[in-house]
Parts: sequence; C-alpha cells; structure tokens
Amino acid sequence: MSAFCQWLATTSGSIALHESLYMYPLVESTHVLTLCLFVGLAALLDLRLMGLALRDVPVSEVAARFLPWLRVGFVIMVVTGTLLFYAIPVRSYHNVFFRIKAIMLVLAGLNAFVFHNGVFRKVFEWDVAPRAPRAARAAGACSLVLWALIIVSGRMIAYNWFDCDMQPPHWAFVAAGCEGYQR
Amino acid sequence: MTGGSLLPFFQWCEASAIGSAIRTSTWAFAVIESMHLLALAAIGGAVLVVDLRLLGWGLRRQTVADVARDAYPWFVGSLAVMLVTGVALFLSESVKCYYSTPFWWKMSSLALSIIFAFTVRRRVTAADNPQIRPIWLKLVALVSLTLWFGVGAGGRWIGFSG
Repeated sequence: MSAFCQWLATTSGSIALHESLYMYPLVESTHVLTLCLFVGLAALLDLRLMGLALRDVPVSEVAARFLPWLRVGFVIMVVTGTLLFYAIPVRSYHNVFFRIKAIMLVLAGLNAFVFHNGVFRKVFEWDVAPRAPRAARAAGACSLVLWALIIVSGRMIAYNWFDCDMQPPHWAFVAAGCEGYQR
Repeated sequence: MTGGSLLPFFQWCEASAIGSAIRTSTWAFAVIESMHLLALAAIGGAVLVVDLRLLGWGLRRQTVADVARDAYPWFVGSLAVMLVTGVALFLSESVKCYYSTPFWWKMSSLALSIIFAFTVRRRVTAADNPQIRPIWLKLVALVSLTLWFGVGAGGRWIGFSG
C-alpha cells in the first residue's frame, strides 16, 4: 500500500494538484463546506432518532427528505476527499489522524448499514413514537459521535506532530506504519 | 483598508492573555479549530433544514414555522459555539486577520447573515403567513444561503491567505 502511494505521488495529476495555487484550496474548501450539507443534515437525522430534534416529524419523513441531499453530500465528500488524498498520498497514508479517520469512516458506514437493514426496516411501527426503539436511539448516538470524531481527526491531518519524519513516539511510529515509510 | 485606527486594537487583541496562551500552546489552536468545525456542521444543518423547507426542496409536510421552531435552539446553540471559538481563534492571530482580505469578507458576511437571520428570516419563518407568496420565501432562503456561504468560504480562505 505504501509502495502504491509512492507511485501515486509520482503521477502527473497528483503533482499538479499538490502544486496548484487554486485547485487544492478549492477542493479542500469544498470538502470542508460540504460538512454543512452532509454532516449537518445527517446530525439532524441522528438527533431525530434520539428524540432531540424535529420530534413532530415522522422519522421516515425526515429520512426520505434528507436522503437525496445526504447522497449528494456524500458523493461530493468522497470525490473531494479522494482528490485530497491523491494530492498528498504518502504523507496522508502514514498520518495517524488519517488512519483514525479511515477507521471511523468504516465504523460509521457499518453503523448506517446495520441501522438501515435492522430497526429502520420496521420504521412504520415506531415512526411517530415519542421515543424511538433503543436500537434506533443507539444508531443515532453512535453516528453523531463517529462523525464528530471524523471531523476532528480530519482536521488534525493537517498537523505533523506525529509524522514519520518528526521522530514520533513509539505508539505513533507503529500506528502510522513508519517502518515502511519512505519520503 | 478598513480604518487604519483599528490596527492598535487588533494588536491589543493579539497581545491579550487568551491570545498568547492559545498561540504558545501546541494543541489549543487545533482543538478550538476542531470545535469551530463541529459547530460549523451543526449550524449548517440548522440553517439548511429551514432554507430547504422555504425552497420546497426538503421537508414539505411540516409548516415553515414548525421546522424553524425545531431548528432554532440548534441554530442559536451552534452560533454561540461558533462565536466563542471564533473569537478565541481570532485572538490568537488578530494581526494576521487585520491584513487578511478574506477575514474582512467573512466579518462583513457574518454581520449581514446574523442581522438577516434575526430580522427578515425570523419574521418570515415565525408564523405561517399565507399572504407571503412562495417566491418571497424562496428569495429569503437564497439570500440566507448566499450570506452564510460567504461566511464559510471567507473563513476557509483566511487559512490560505497570508
């Protein structure tokens, strides 16, 4: 994987994006501002599941109205996020916060998958209930926490505190896979 | 530039105890910035859910007033977090902000956004008034989204400039 990232970094597209004066900031700004659309609306859905917002709106209604926007937001996030990785592949791959973010993303995906194929299938049984089933409330809470961690770890990727060429502490050296790190 | 007489004030902000503490700490700026981003997502959701309702592109079966009332505490709460963390970030690099064009865009958009949110938009979303034609509701949503987008884009660009 590290070798793949090193090869990726030598491609002309990666170099062009990395060195561009406006494209990289534009892609990054799009990534950050799409937080409003994607995480903002997802958080409202989570809060609805937890009974903390939009209490009078059926859960199925919130989900149906938000899902098209969440899909749009998700696509923008994935495309811009991939481009950001493509611009700086080796450093990102060996960055502790990037790895934490990747793990949290997988967990958030799993959480959404379990929710949609589990308790959400019978949403019409509890659609307007003042208190959603425990599984639904838990899914909402997990999603909120995971996305918060994803935002924070994503922001921290910018810092080089634990980068392989900064003589990181042992745990970070192991977690970032610095053994196979080559500039 | 916006009034040369403001520079001493910005220098005083930067020299303040809070500003110095954040600047000398390794973690403080990053942690406060992260909180600022978390509140960005929250305020984005709270603004969008109402503006999408006004545009007829989001929740539709609920009245504008119902959606606005539900979103209000989240809007005010996240705005408060935004302002507190934003002031802290500003104190840590006030002079850089003074010379940053995006900073002044952001502050101008922010002032307009807040005024618009608590006057026109709040009035329009406070009670369902059948006399207001949908085109005006849509216009209010578009103005709101444009102003808030200016705040976000300006904010992001402070980091790229200077």
